[in-house]
Amino acid sequence: MSARTLFDKVWASHEVVPESADAPAVLYVDLHLIHEVTSPQAFAVLRASGLKVRRVDRTLATMDHSTPTRTAQIFGDVPIALDDAAKQVRQLEDNTRAFGVELFGLRDPRRGIVHVIGPEQGYTRPGMTIVCGDSHTSTHGAFGSLAFGIGSTEVGHVLATQCLLQRKPKAFAVNVSGRLPAGVTAKDMILAIIGKIGVSGGTGHVLEYRGSGIEALSMEERMTVCNMSIEAGARAGMIAPDEVTFAYLAERPRMPTGRPWDEALAGWRALASEPGAVFDRSVDFDATRLEPMITYGTNPGMVLPIGASIPASGGDPVTERALAYMGLRGGESLLGKRIDVVFIGSCTNGRLEDLEAAARVLKGRRVAAGVQMLVVPGSQQIKREAEQSGIADVFKEAGADWRESGCSMCLGMNGDTVASGAYAVSTSNRNFEGRQGVGARTLLASPYTAAACAVTGRISDPRELL
Amino acid sequence: MEPLKKIVSKTVVMASTNIDTDQIIPARFLTVTTRTGLGKALFADLRYAPDGTPNMNFVLNRPEAAGSTILVAGHNFGCGSSREHAPWALVDHGLRAVVSTAIADIFTNNALKNGLLPVIVDSVTHRWLIEHPDAEVTIDLQSTLLTLPDGRSIRFPIEPFARHCLLNGIDELGYLLGKLAQIEQYESARGWREHA
Repeated sequence: MSARTLFDKVWASHEVVPESADAPAVLYVDLHLIHEVTSPQAFAVLRASGLKVRRVDRTLATMDHSTPTRTAQIFGDVPIALDDAAKQVRQLEDNTRAFGVELFGLRDPRRGIVHVIGPEQGYTRPGMTIVCGDSHTSTHGAFGSLAFGIGSTEVGHVLATQCLLQRKPKAFAVNVSGRLPAGVTAKDMILAIIGKIGVSGGTGHVLEYRGSGIEALSMEERMTVCNMSIEAGARAGMIAPDEVTFAYLAERPRMPTGRPWDEALAGWRALASEPGAVFDRSVDFDATRLEPMITYGTNPGMVLPIGASIPASGGDPVTERALAYMGLRGGESLLGKRIDVVFIGSCTNGRLEDLEAAARVLKGRRVAAGVQMLVVPGSQQIKREAEQSGIADVFKEAGADWRESGCSMCLGMNGDTVASGAYAVSTSNRNFEGRQGVGARTLLASPYTAAACAVTGRISDPRELL
Repeated sequence: MEPLKKIVSKTVVMASTNIDTDQIIPARFLTVTTRTGLGKALFADLRYAPDGTPNMNFVLNRPEAAGSTILVAGHNFGCGSSREHAPWALVDHGLRAVVSTAIADIFTNNALKNGLLPVIVDSVTHRWLIEHPDAEVTIDLQSTLLTLPDGRSIRFPIEPFARHCLLNGIDELGYLLGKLAQIEQYESARGWREHA
């Protein structure tokens, strides 16, 4: 048999029925994560057809997208401000109760963003297939699982059968060599990768990030990289599990111990792509040459090193429209531009290391006058850890708004939005028109860069404050 | 689902590349618990002024666009989120096909499950379609041909099983439920191992 990739192995071990010319593969799903926004219509299909959730033991629900982040709305008596959001939350409670699905409810200490809690609570494991009605499901690929986003109809398919109909995507190797310089993060790495291969460069492919530059990353950094695979159009992103992965997993709840752990470990060690495995495409990066990156346009591929000039539109109507939306001109530098909002959080950069990075910049400093800074931990556990370690105090003393966990201002569904025309430096994943609010202007960056911008009130190179 | 065999319509053109799902339907409209009635939220930030009145410069608001069921869109249509609300909104508005040089993976899957046909064409055909809005076009799913007004026909790729389901109005869930015996067999053969 020819040498196989990590992706080949995970795919092959989950084929219930292999694909043929006439029909896609029936692919088994090990873990199905659900949330309040993309599941109601799927439960409605089950009800209409008299079907059950086939494997409640492989299904986990949380609420994150439309949930409030204000403490009084979760733990106090203040109702959820948006009626529709409140209804969605209640419906998930009703559906999970009726179908017997485990739910991390609004006040559950394990609740958080679906792609943060899966790994944190030990549900995400190497070699699994993981799906969720959310495109950033690719995050879980950091553990060597095949994890991808699906629509609500497919959520219904998985609830009813634990399977999906899928054609096998192609394999795309993203080779990264060398260590990131000081002040440059995994977020900068993935933004640079998207900038190079483009927002549709990964369409039809599963990316495998590999090489010394990836091996040097922590699990949280690897999750940041895999998280944004979808922003390159890829179906999923994966990283082979290694000792860093196993050390992270060993500390998680629900992990087996003793002999079952040893057996699991032996299986996980055998997952990595074999020498000589062939990828359909590949691209090479040198991590040592990367700089802090920031977006200037209206998709994540419109990105540049923070000190570089915005490219001239050259008459391209799409670039012209993006620059007009952003209120920017080709040829100018972003450095020194005034900003209005800073958002630290999301499934991309809402984990503890991200908050620690932002706090490193903010410690002993203040958020600039006129700037609103929102810090939203990725989970309630991260919130507690940050409060215990004193990081939360750094944010509060700097004048930032410290909130309960959720997706929050990444997509503004819960009412945490950016005003029209305002500039937001955000650690989230999408700078699409209107993403953070109608007319909002989003600049994607790392937690270091976002925190530096909060302190100066302007687009700033974080390396000057570290 | 209604069978989908042939679409004959004038086109509506949105030439921008990378039209993402947040533009197709902004997140604030996702707080619904049903899949119906989302057409009014389609392209909401482009279609309406802040006061809610229609923006008459937007292509779908032009009188010529009325009744068109084919959207010709720029490269990489539907990128971004997995929200099936995007095809739900397009279909509720009356659209039955999106033609582009590239359409995002998750959007393609979602569209096929809702009777919205994703049609990929070469860049020359695409350019012609972009430059000729309101062109009368035929998309035949049986022959997988897109035919331009001058009679030129272009074959488009489509996943064979999805095509079969669309042509016959078959719901894929029924097919998957028919595989339950094999699914159970797979589960018992694999035991409870959580790894490959």
